[in-house]
Amino acid sequence: MRHAAALRLSRLAEPLVEAIIRLCGWSAIFFVFAIFFFVFREGAPMLFGALDLGEFFTSVNWRPDSRIQAQYGVLALLAGTASVTALAMLLSVPAGLGAAIFVSEFCPPRVRETLKIVIELLAAIPSVVWGFIGYMVLNPVLIAVTGAPIGINILNGGIILALMSVPIIMSVGEDALKAVPDTYREAAIALGASRWQVVYKVLLPAAKNGLLAAALLGIGRSVGETMAVLMATGHAVQIPHSLLDPVRTLTATIAAELGETVEGGDHYRVLFVIGTLLMLMAFLVNLTADLVVKGVRGKQNG
Amino acid sequence: MSSVRTVIVLGLAVGALASVACSSTSNTTSGPAGSSTSVVIRLTGSDTMVNLDQAWAENYKKVKPDVSVQVAGGGSGVGIAGLIDGILDIAASSREIEAEEIARVAKAAGAEPKAFVVGLDALAVYVHESNPVQSISIEELAEIYGDGGQVLRWSQAGVKNTSCESDEIIRVSRQNNSGTYVYFREAVLGRTRELRLGSIDQSGSKDVVALVSRTPCAIGYSGMAYAMPGVRALKISKKKGEPGVPPTVESALDMTYPIARPLYLYTRGTPTGPAKEFIDWALSAAGQQVLQDIGYVPAPAVSK
Repeated sequence: MRHAAALRLSRLAEPLVEAIIRLCGWSAIFFVFAIFFFVFREGAPMLFGALDLGEFFTSVNWRPDSRIQAQYGVLALLAGTASVTALAMLLSVPAGLGAAIFVSEFCPPRVRETLKIVIELLAAIPSVVWGFIGYMVLNPVLIAVTGAPIGINILNGGIILALMSVPIIMSVGEDALKAVPDTYREAAIALGASRWQVVYKVLLPAAKNGLLAAALLGIGRSVGETMAVLMATGHAVQIPHSLLDPVRTLTATIAAELGETVEGGDHYRVLFVIGTLLMLMAFLVNLTADLVVKGVRGKQNG
Repeated sequence: MSSVRTVIVLGLAVGALASVACSSTSNTTSGPAGSSTSVVIRLTGSDTMVNLDQAWAENYKKVKPDVSVQVAGGGSGVGIAGLIDGILDIAASSREIEAEEIARVAKAAGAEPKAFVVGLDALAVYVHESNPVQSISIEELAEIYGDGGQVLRWSQAGVKNTSCESDEIIRVSRQNNSGTYVYFREAVLGRTRELRLGSIDQSGSKDVVALVSRTPCAIGYSGMAYAMPGVRALKISKKKGEPGVPPTVESALDMTYPIARPLYLYTRGTPTGPAKEFIDWALSAAGQQVLQDIGYVPAPAVSK
């Protein structure tokens, strides 16, 4: 009897759990599209109306508040986002992947646990605190070391963003390396490979997809980061000529200006067009990653 | 730094909204017996005036314990946008409301906004304390900050700023929803010239001064009340060569200081009830004393 009741319950429960899990999966897709839709809808009247797209992408004049003639050129903001992100990746991808390789392959177990906890703690620091560190600590240091007239600039923002991305790249990268079966390592060592050769010849190719995903997650964090870059990059609308020039990013512009705008005004809508642009950029990065990973996988299978 | 404060201010604003919601529900449920629920006045806007608004809110609590004034900053533009959207009772602004904004408020609220001049603020121009310059003219400021301006280096301004190795003038400015920014642009460049892009735009009055105090090459503008150790407020003259006037209460009141401006409170139409009582109190001797204590200049006469 009891057995039959339990069986019936499990028969009922199973589809229910399945339905809930399915709902969770679909809701993620639904929310992504809903967010994109609402951001696009707010920007659309301007995008298809008064906004001159040529000016939007090629002008460095970002003067949304002008009394004379409002100008919405985002070239300088794009250059700001690109330069800070590029520098951050240049610093954080080697450091993060290096840390992942060290923690996963070379580190004694006890040190590994401590190291992982400390690095994961780094990931838990809120971005506003990172911005504060850039603004208060790194700013005078950079002035003293580089002789730059001001220390909140690309270099500052890049370093701060790199520090924020390293924990993510390291965690995901380490998982990818851990996922490589030990038989691979054993086989390589049996063939007489040194530890470094094991890493270089066996582990890196085997964990390629995961490591790429780690790097791309890092890029995602850098492009989307707002508060820290708002404080650490100087928030100056200009095309940078050196690493020591202050810049302004797309995200920081939205953060600093959206509160002021009147709902439905031109300035408000242009900020949503920038939001749409950011989402498209994120989509492109993810798509590229997907295609690259698929390409890699295809070659491996073939 | 300002972002830290913005977050706190946002937090307060959310808290304020929540408490508004709570108080309104408790009002409806508690019935006539429990009618002593506190009244909330929402006051948002000018970052220049945030310290002032907060001091007023604290002191007003002593006069009227049952009224709580919820203060938030963000910039004059934020306050006026909030007035148009009808999400606050009083907007604080360090610039005059524009004709277009008046029309928008009138359309949304059915009545034109009412302005109260509650005080004056002298806009000070700050440099790092190690910078030898003592005085600067509006004309020179226009060349430094204006679009197409010719003064990019301290030596071009006739200043031998030895602590600034690169000699480059670092212009510190405010983000464009700031009343201080709008006022400075108009006072220095007039209505027909733009600010040159590429300035370091900070989101708070205090941040401008804090950044200047840490940057020997910098020049920045902010309210007189935000002076701090490490910076010097310059004397200002209208034309090059004229003697400069230091920013003080006296020079702002007698209008010899060239960049002093009124501070406003705006309401949707003529205020009534708690908002009116609060503004009346702010304009009274007690309210003006609070304003003077934190470094602003009392309103010259009865507001318009």
